[in-house]
Amino acid sequence: MPPNDLHRRTLLGIGTLLLGGCDRLAEDPAVQRVLASAEGLTRRVQRLLGGASVLAPEYTEADVSPVFKANGTLDPDDDDYQDMAAKHFTDWRLEVVGLVERPLRLSLDDLRAMPPRTQITRHDCVEGWSCIGKWKGAVLGDVLRQAEPRAGARYVVFRCADPMDNGNPDSRYYESIGMDEAFHPQTILAYDMNDGPLPVAHGAPLRVRVERQLGYKMAKYLMRIELVDSFADIGSGNGGYWEDQGYAWYAGI
Amino acid sequence: MSQTRPLVQTRTAPVLIYRHSVIVRITHWINVLCLAILLMSGLQIFNAHPALYWGNISDFDHPAVSLAAVQPQNGPPRGITTVFGHRFDTTGVLGLSRDAAGQPRERGFPAWATLPGEQSLAGGRLWHFFFAWLFVINGSIYLLAGILRGHVRRDLLPGRDQLRHIGQTAWDHLLFRFPKGEAARRYNVLQKLAYLSVIFGFLPFMLLTGLTMSPRMDAAWPQLLLLFGGRQSARTIHFILAWSLVAFVLVHVFMVLVSGVRNNLRSMVTGRYAIEESRDAAE
Repeated sequence: MPPNDLHRRTLLGIGTLLLGGCDRLAEDPAVQRVLASAEGLTRRVQRLLGGASVLAPEYTEADVSPVFKANGTLDPDDDDYQDMAAKHFTDWRLEVVGLVERPLRLSLDDLRAMPPRTQITRHDCVEGWSCIGKWKGAVLGDVLRQAEPRAGARYVVFRCADPMDNGNPDSRYYESIGMDEAFHPQTILAYDMNDGPLPVAHGAPLRVRVERQLGYKMAKYLMRIELVDSFADIGSGNGGYWEDQGYAWYAGI
Repeated sequence: MSQTRPLVQTRTAPVLIYRHSVIVRITHWINVLCLAILLMSGLQIFNAHPALYWGNISDFDHPAVSLAAVQPQNGPPRGITTVFGHRFDTTGVLGLSRDAAGQPRERGFPAWATLPGEQSLAGGRLWHFFFAWLFVINGSIYLLAGILRGHVRRDLLPGRDQLRHIGQTAWDHLLFRFPKGEAARRYNVLQKLAYLSVIFGFLPFMLLTGLTMSPRMDAAWPQLLLLFGGRQSARTIHFILAWSLVAFVLVHVFMVLVSGVRNNLRSMVTGRYAIEESRDAAE
């Protein structure tokens, strides 16, 4: 065999081994843990840059996407939700429970009576696309202050109406954020989108906006907000529906 | 009269010189690993939405580039790559390719080019961000050492004499005539300019366009959006730079192969590079 051919075959062999090896490695839980360790580093470093309170860029009316892509659940496969939607969500109530002094039950009118915040922001999907939309809602921090979080509350968990697994009520979407993100001025509970009531495809009657993170953090079809000291006992314990499928809890990148 | 003759006869035996410091060698090979994994996991991430746009937002009906499977009126689906409205049939590689089980699937880039091989955006992101950190730490060590210890100034900045003869050097390269003897002690001017543009241009811009895609970074450093013309532009530039780096690596590896693969590889492993002492130098 000529030396060049030998080199070529050796390189090809090494390449095949590496490719196959990488896939086997990728599935190894220990490797997954090592790879996931970068998430904490990213979260800490990004928190340092510009400080905890930096605002996401806001845009103008002219920048709003003509078509804002709806993703994930488009119409929850749930009878209770469909009943509420048929009555224009007049029966819907947002519960605020868990580690709070004053649990709340808020109607849409209650939320609309609070000082609103309107913001035109860019929505970045983890898949890679972006849309710009105009959102109006109650500031989550104001809602939480009404409920008076207890000292031990570390996370805000969003419980949603949409079952993710063929109508299975045990598989409803959920998400969680830390207290710093929850009290950020741009973190709102949006009831309006682009100057009209939030459409069903975008999470009617209420979705959370977490403008400095990716779309999957911004839970739609909100039913209940729980303040907890740990999300280890919720779902598979990773802090959200997509987090339980292997996505990072910190979605700032 | 024989003692008046030069004692040293003409020599063509190679002389080993110390070419690459241990920091350059280690950071080089870590960089090889990082760039390979970043490319393949990046293609995996791209596959989650295999289309590119310009500006801040995605105009889903008019992407600049897209890879998709299209069902013709009759016959099996085809992989179609669209670039600025021009359609190319890329069945088997782009848009539609076979998975590990041999089944045709709609995929931007094929399974053999992505990490992990199967469709897994979460998996691709895990690999990409871990190795992005390793790449940044490794690159910072290289740059810091390279500037402090004079490697950048001494070995990478081209001299005025080299720049003057850039045309001749380019011509020599086209004829595969490589420097010998004393001239082989330093990088030639084309090498220097290529390395400088990768180290101070392509790689830093790769990092910055990557960071521009991060919503939290855009909050902290909104100037990034101005610099690259929006998040989707940054994603498109990130993609173009990735393939520019692939092109650089292909040329780099080709030059390594044709200009003495054993010598080049040894110098990047042990640091020792052989040069042929010329007749003039020996006398």
